This record gives sequence, structure tokens and C-alpha cells, in this order.
Amino acid sequence: MIVSLILTTAADAAHGQALSSMDIGALIRNGLSIICLASGLFFVLAGTLGVLRLPDFYTRLHAAGMTDTLGAEMILLGLIIQSGFTLLSLKILLVAFFLLMTSPTATHAVANAAYQAGLKPLLGKYKAPSAEDIGQNNSGKG
Amino acid sequence: MKRFGLVLAVALGLYWLSLSGYYDNVMILTLGVISIFLVLGLCARMKILDEETVPYLNIPKSLAYYTWLFKEIVKANVQVVRAVLSPDLEVSPTMVKIPSTPKSDIGKTMFANSITLTPGTVSVVMSEDEILVHALLEEMSAAEDFAKMAEQSAWAVGELDLPKVEGEP
Repeated sequence: MIVSLILTTAADAAHGQALSSMDIGALIRNGLSIICLASGLFFVLAGTLGVLRLPDFYTRLHAAGMTDTLGAEMILLGLIIQSGFTLLSLKILLVAFFLLMTSPTATHAVANAAYQAGLKPLLGKYKAPSAEDIGQNNSGKG
Repeated sequence: MKRFGLVLAVALGLYWLSLSGYYDNVMILTLGVISIFLVLGLCARMKILDEETVPYLNIPKSLAYYTWLFKEIVKANVQVVRAVLSPDLEVSPTMVKIPSTPKSDIGKTMFANSITLTPGTVSVVMSEDEILVHALLEEMSAAEDFAKMAEQSAWAVGELDLPKVEGEP
């Protein structure tokens, strides 16, 4: 998607012989929205990595929350910039607002359910096992 | 109660107009007006026309609060990303009980929602006057940060009247 946006911007710029002020405006708008979309995607990626890497249920919730908040919000902000000052932008703004209201409620419901069911959280310092530890464990078992 | 009904009618009307996008079709507009009156009638019958159903009077304060909260979210996100992407994944999960100072239900909800919204902290159990919070990093469970957030969310729902300067460090 991002690549195609860059391509359309470049094509727009190539079509006009001289860059008029409108082209520059579109260029700035596309640039800003690409920055927002890319950073949103970065946070979604980091959140996914966190869900995979973190040790227990409660710590994984935090990583999932990251995708909900800054990941989704930055992507929506990028879309708002892309669509400009229209009714569509207002609707995306409403989506962003409702996401901001509902996603913490859902996270709290899941966390509360796990706690009520008696799932004990892992507390204290945690460090990912290094490659040598894993190797030793494997050799010990074998 | 009458004032809340009026505010709810205006808010629903604006909401309906922004979602529909058709302003010249008389039949659709009539149906919109009918549905607004239906919702108003239901709310009046259920006797829930109060601050909780109609929180629109606090919108300026809430907007100021959300801009402040967004900065906090960005800061916390950077911390969590750094912890998650570091090669040895050093985290220190902590559980803390923190007092929940806002008095009204909506203030408490706002506070607990804000805690969960900031990555790295999740409110797990809510009781009358305290919240059990799970934090990903130990330094995120500082009591004074939560106290500040509680004060801000109480201000945002109109509980505190002290003139607060938003966005101060």
C-alpha cells in the first residue's frame, strides 16, 4: 500500500511539467500520511513480536495493548490525512475515538477474567534465556 | 433531566448527520428524526438521562485530557517497544494496588480506562476505592504517576474545579 502511494505521488509529480503549489500540497500530505502509516505498522509489528516473545499471559496483554493504541491510532491518523477534509475523515475520527474507548475495556475484561479464574501472574525480574542456556538444556535432556 | 434530553437529542442528530451523509432526501431525514425521538423516549422511560448517558457537556475538558493522555501513551509505548525489542527481553512484571481517588463511577471508569490505555499497565481488578494494576516494568508502577493520572481524569469528568494547566510536565 505504501509503495503504491509513493508511486502515485511520483507519477503525479512527473505528469505536471512544473510543480504547481497543488502538487507540493499533495506531496506533503502523502508524505505525512506515509510517515503515520509506517510508524503505525512498526508499532503493530513490535506488538506482535511482543506477544510472541513475552513469557506469560499478563505480560503479553501489554504487547497486545500496544497494537490497540498507538498502532491502530497512527494508521487511522494516516488515513485521515490521506482522505483530507471530508466526511470520510470524520467517520474515521469516530472509529478512532470508539477504539480508544472500547479496546481498554476489552483488555480489562480479559485480564479480570484470567485473574478471577486464578491464573497467577509471573512476578519479579525476567530475562529471556540466552542461546547458551537453551543449548545446555537440550544437551542435558539428550 | 430536560437539559440532558436536549443535549442528547442534539448529539444524536449531529452523529446521525455525520454518519449518513444524505441531506436532501426527505424520507431518510424523517426516519432519522423518528429514530432520535425513539431513543430519547427509551432513555426517558429507563430513567437513565443523566451524566453517565450524556457525557457531552464535558467535551472540551475531555479533549484536553485526551491530548494529555496521548502524550503519556506515546511515552509508554516507546518504553514498551524498547523492552520488547531488546535482545535479552528484560522485563520486571509487578502487581500494585493503587487508590482510586475519583468519586463518581464515570470518573473511576475514566481512570481505569486510562491505566489500561497506557501500554505497560493494565487494571486487573477494580473495587470501590482501589485498583489492582499489573505493570510490565517496575518503574511504571510509581505511585505518583498514578496519582497525577487520577487527578487529571477526575478533572476531565468535571469533578475537580481547580483551574489546571493541561500538558504541564
